[in-house]
Amino acid sequence: MGGDLTVLRIFKDRFTLTLILLGLVLLLFIVVPLLKTVFTSNPSVLFQDPDIARQVRESIWLTVYTALISTAVGLILGIPLAYILARRNFPGKKIIEGIIDVPIVVPHTAAGIALLFVFGKNFFAGRAFHAVGIDFVGTVAGIVIAMMFVSVPFLVDSVKEGFKGVDPRLENVARTLGASPRKAFFGVSLPLVWRSILSGSVMMWARGVSEFGAVLILTYNPKVAPVLLYDLWVGWGVKYALPFAALLILLCLVVFIVLRYVAQRGEKS
Amino acid sequence: MIELKGLCIDLGAFHLRDLTLNIRDGEYFMVLGPTGSGKTVLLETIAGLHSVKSGVILLNGLEVTQTEPEKRGIGIVYQDYVLFPHLSVIKNIAFGLRQRGRSRKEAEAEAGWTIELLGLSSLLSRKIGTLSGGEKQKVALARALAIKPKVLLLDEPLSALDPETREKVQQELREIRSKLNQTIIHVTHDFEEAVALGERIAVLGNGCIMQVGTAEEIFCQPKSEFVARFAMTRNIFAGEVRDGGDEGAIVDMGGISIQAVTNLRGHRHASVRPEDILISTQPFVSSARNSFMGVITDVVSKGSTVCLTVNVPPDFVCLVTRRSFEEMELRRGGKAYVTFKASAVNVF
Repeated sequence: MGGDLTVLRIFKDRFTLTLILLGLVLLLFIVVPLLKTVFTSNPSVLFQDPDIARQVRESIWLTVYTALISTAVGLILGIPLAYILARRNFPGKKIIEGIIDVPIVVPHTAAGIALLFVFGKNFFAGRAFHAVGIDFVGTVAGIVIAMMFVSVPFLVDSVKEGFKGVDPRLENVARTLGASPRKAFFGVSLPLVWRSILSGSVMMWARGVSEFGAVLILTYNPKVAPVLLYDLWVGWGVKYALPFAALLILLCLVVFIVLRYVAQRGEKS
Repeated sequence: MIELKGLCIDLGAFHLRDLTLNIRDGEYFMVLGPTGSGKTVLLETIAGLHSVKSGVILLNGLEVTQTEPEKRGIGIVYQDYVLFPHLSVIKNIAFGLRQRGRSRKEAEAEAGWTIELLGLSSLLSRKIGTLSGGEKQKVALARALAIKPKVLLLDEPLSALDPETREKVQQELREIRSKLNQTIIHVTHDFEEAVALGERIAVLGNGCIMQVGTAEEIFCQPKSEFVARFAMTRNIFAGEVRDGGDEGAIVDMGGISIQAVTNLRGHRHASVRPEDILISTQPFVSSARNSFMGVITDVVSKGSTVCLTVNVPPDFVCLVTRRSFEEMELRRGGKAYVTFKASAVNVF
C-alpha cells in the first residue's frame, strides 16, 4: 500500500506508526550528533593558535585537492568500466561487479596495508612508479591512491546505474545517422549520464575526504584532515578536536548540499 | 534496391530463418507480423545493429552484411521515436549531417528541406520533452530523412498515435514516398495499416516469411492459416478437398461440403471472407454454389455494420449493413441462410 501519509491514517494504522517511529530513531541517531557537534563548538578557537591554524588550513586544503585528484583519476578509469558493465554481457561480469564493491567491505586499514604491498618501494608497482619519480609512501600520491581505492566503488556504481538508464537504442540511432561508436558515446550516452557522474563524483570525493585508515597506513605526513583530527584528539582532547570536527562536517555538508541541488535542478530541466 | 538472401538471425528469444526479400527502389514495403514475431529485430539487422548468423544483405547490388551501421546510409524511426532528449529539435534533425563533418550552420541549412517538408519550422528550438507524440514522430522522420537514406526503416510508426494524428502521419508517409521516391520498409502488426500504405506486404510469423504479395493477394488468397487469420479472414475451416467433377472442387468439412474453385487436393484449409457471404431469411435461386441454413447465435454491432455468427454448423461469421439487418428483422436464435460463390472460397 502506497500513498501519502495523513495524520489520521497514521494513527489508525499502528503498523505505519511503528515504521515511522523506528525510522525517526535512526534519523535522530544521524542528525543529533552532527548538529550537536556543529552547534556546541566554536571553530574560531582553532585559529587562535597560529601553529594549529596553519595545520588546519594545510590539512583541509590537502584533503580537498587530493580527494579531487583521486575523483578525477576515478572518473577517467571508472567511466569506461561502468559503461562496459552497463552495456555488455560477458562471462565473469558478476565477478567484476563484485570486485568493484570489495573496497567497501574490506577494513580500510587492511586496504592501506594491501596497497602498501603493491605500491611500496620494494614492490613491483611501487618500483615501476619510483622509476618515473612517483612514490606512494609518505606522499600526496599515497593519499590519492588510498582515497581512490576505498571510494571508487561509489563512482563506478553510480555511473553504471546511469548508463543502464539510457536507452541503448539512442546510440543505435546515432550509429545509423553516421556516428562512430566513439562519437555515439561522447555525443549521446555521456551527456545523458552527467547527473549520475556528478552524484557519483560527489560521493567519491566525500568518501575520499573522510578516509582515515588507508591514508594513515600509506601517508601519515602530510596529514589529511581526518588524520589531523585524530592527532588533535589524542594530543589536545575535545578542546581542538571538537571545533575541527565541526568544521569538517560543515565543509562536507555544504559541498554535498550544493551539488545535490545542482543535480536535482538538472533533473527537473 | 535492397535484397535479403537467406538471412538467418539468432538474437536472444528471436530466431528468424531464411528470410529472402527483394525490395525495389522507391517501393513502400510493409512487413506485417504479430507482436513478438521479430519485426524490429529484422529492421535493426537491416540497419546493421545486429550481426547475422548466415545469409546476405545487398544494398543497390553491394553486399553490406558486415558493414558498420554508420556506413550503410539507412535511416530508422522507432515506434517511440528515440529522439536525443538532451538536444533541441533542430540539433536532433541536424545530428546526422553533423556526423558527416558539416558545421552547425551548414547542417541546419542542409536539413532545411526536411523541416519544410514536415512543417517543423516553428518547433526548432523546442526541447524534446515538450513535444506531443505527433510532433516527436515528425522530428524522428526529419532526423532520419536529413541524411537522405538509401532506405528508410519505420518500426510501427503509427501505433503510438491517436487516430487523428495517425491519419495525418499516414498521409505524410505517402507524400514522403511519392515526393522523394524514398524506399521505405515499414513494419506493423496492423493489417489495415499494411493495406493502407504498402505496395507489397510480407507476412512474418513463426520466425519466417509466410507470404509476400500485394494487399489484394494477401487479403484474398492467403497461402496459410497463419496468414489467413492475420488478414482477418474470419471463416477458416480445415477439410478434405476432392474433385467435384463439373462442380470444380468439393471441400468436405465433416458436417457440410462446400464448392470451391481450386486445383489443390487433399487435407487443406478453406476460407471465406465475412463480407463475401450473403444473408437471407429465405432460400433463393442464384448462381452462388454454396447455400446453407443455420441459426443466428451471435449479433455484434459495429456501427454501420452488424457482425452475425450463423451456426450451420460450423459457425460462419458474416457482415451485413445495419439497414439490411433491421429490414430483414434478423435476431439471435432466428433462422438465416448463408450463401456464397464457389469463387469466394480460398483454398490453401
